Amino acid sequence: MKGPLSRDDMAKRVAQDITEGAYVNLGIGLPTKVSNFLPSDREIILHTENGMLGMGPVAEGDEIDHDLINAGKIPVTELPGASYFHQADSFGMMRGGHLDVCVLGAFQVSTSGDLANWHTGGPDAIPAVGGAMDLAIGAKQVFVIMELFMRGGQCKLVEECTYPLTGIGCVNTLYTDYAVFDLRPDGVLVREIFGDTTLEQLAELTGLPLRI
Amino acid sequence: MIGGFGTAGQPVELIDALLEQGASGLTIVNNNAGNGTTGLGALLAAGRVRKIICSFPRQVDSQIFDGLYRDGKLELELVPQGTLAERIRAGGAGIAGFFTPTAFGTTLAEGKETRHINGRDYVLEDALLADFALIKAHRGDRLGNLVYRKTARNFGPMMASAASVAIAQVSQVVEVGSIDPEAVVTPGIFVNRLVETGGALPPATEGQ
Repeated sequence: MKGPLSRDDMAKRVAQDITEGAYVNLGIGLPTKVSNFLPSDREIILHTENGMLGMGPVAEGDEIDHDLINAGKIPVTELPGASYFHQADSFGMMRGGHLDVCVLGAFQVSTSGDLANWHTGGPDAIPAVGGAMDLAIGAKQVFVIMELFMRGGQCKLVEECTYPLTGIGCVNTLYTDYAVFDLRPDGVLVREIFGDTTLEQLAELTGLPLRI
Repeated sequence: MIGGFGTAGQPVELIDALLEQGASGLTIVNNNAGNGTTGLGALLAAGRVRKIICSFPRQVDSQIFDGLYRDGKLELELVPQGTLAERIRAGGAGIAGFFTPTAFGTTLAEGKETRHINGRDYVLEDALLADFALIKAHRGDRLGNLVYRKTARNFGPMMASAASVAIAQVSQVVEVGSIDPEAVVTPGIFVNRLVETGGALPPATEGQ
């Protein structure tokens, strides 16, 4: 079940909400796409948790240097003003609340902002957490970008996560192919709906009490 | 402890030497659990590792780890990446443990002591120390002062400080005094052995 926005459109929508001067970490996968749409008139500094601020675009041809990679282990480039640091400093930047925004993908997000994005919990699945739990609790604002429904139609915005948690009450804003949701202690606020869907239809599709 | 994030900063030549040396029943601390069939992957494939402490074992090319883990031949302690880095840093800095908000309320904090401090919940994590650290840096001098290259720095500085014997492989050993003291990343006090691996030197950058 797909909403009106393509994955590129979703990434573009997130990019609009990243403000001038922000220090930002983009997670692996769909969140990485956000970097393609950052407004060129804003100075936004990208953090990669393997130890760099001022990350540039993916490296091509002669630019490829295997000592210069992003968190997804893809060769990238450095921008003027970039800096390198070790892992304890890099995660200190997160945990210490120095990053303005991190954008993450998710399996599920709960209405109270719990995040599940690191492990399906399946018996055969090999768990791997990386920096997901540090990112979830560290940034001043945590944005999640994901499709609102699984392929089978189950809603990924839920009352309570059934997948293993990455962090509790940590997600501020959820960007989906149907709508943008602000997750607040007093409930879910629908900030923006895409296409022709009405609030009532969205509430029915998600099975959640939604308000604007 | 073995440095590296994926293959960036992975001391492949030192791992090859460890393979040749023959030690087994090893506990390995690394961010990952081997890429492909070289380096850490080869050490795992040779059955020399009993336990691995890491944050992100599952990757597209972690087939050797995946097989051993599924067959129950390898113990895994999964640690969030920032907690892993801080546990190593704490080990090197003489800190026994620390309270971190990371992983609170998740399965990775199960069984661990927690504390509510100034309105927030924290998990107690203990320090990590090692008998040996194998790390990769860019240049080093006889005193063990090290500079790294770009994102290959990753775990090197903490691991050097948290091991009884820290062994660094470098592309080039340079004269004492030729590394700008302001540019030294790992001071020589943390490094016990230096191995020059030579090979093609990547282009030098300012201050290195």
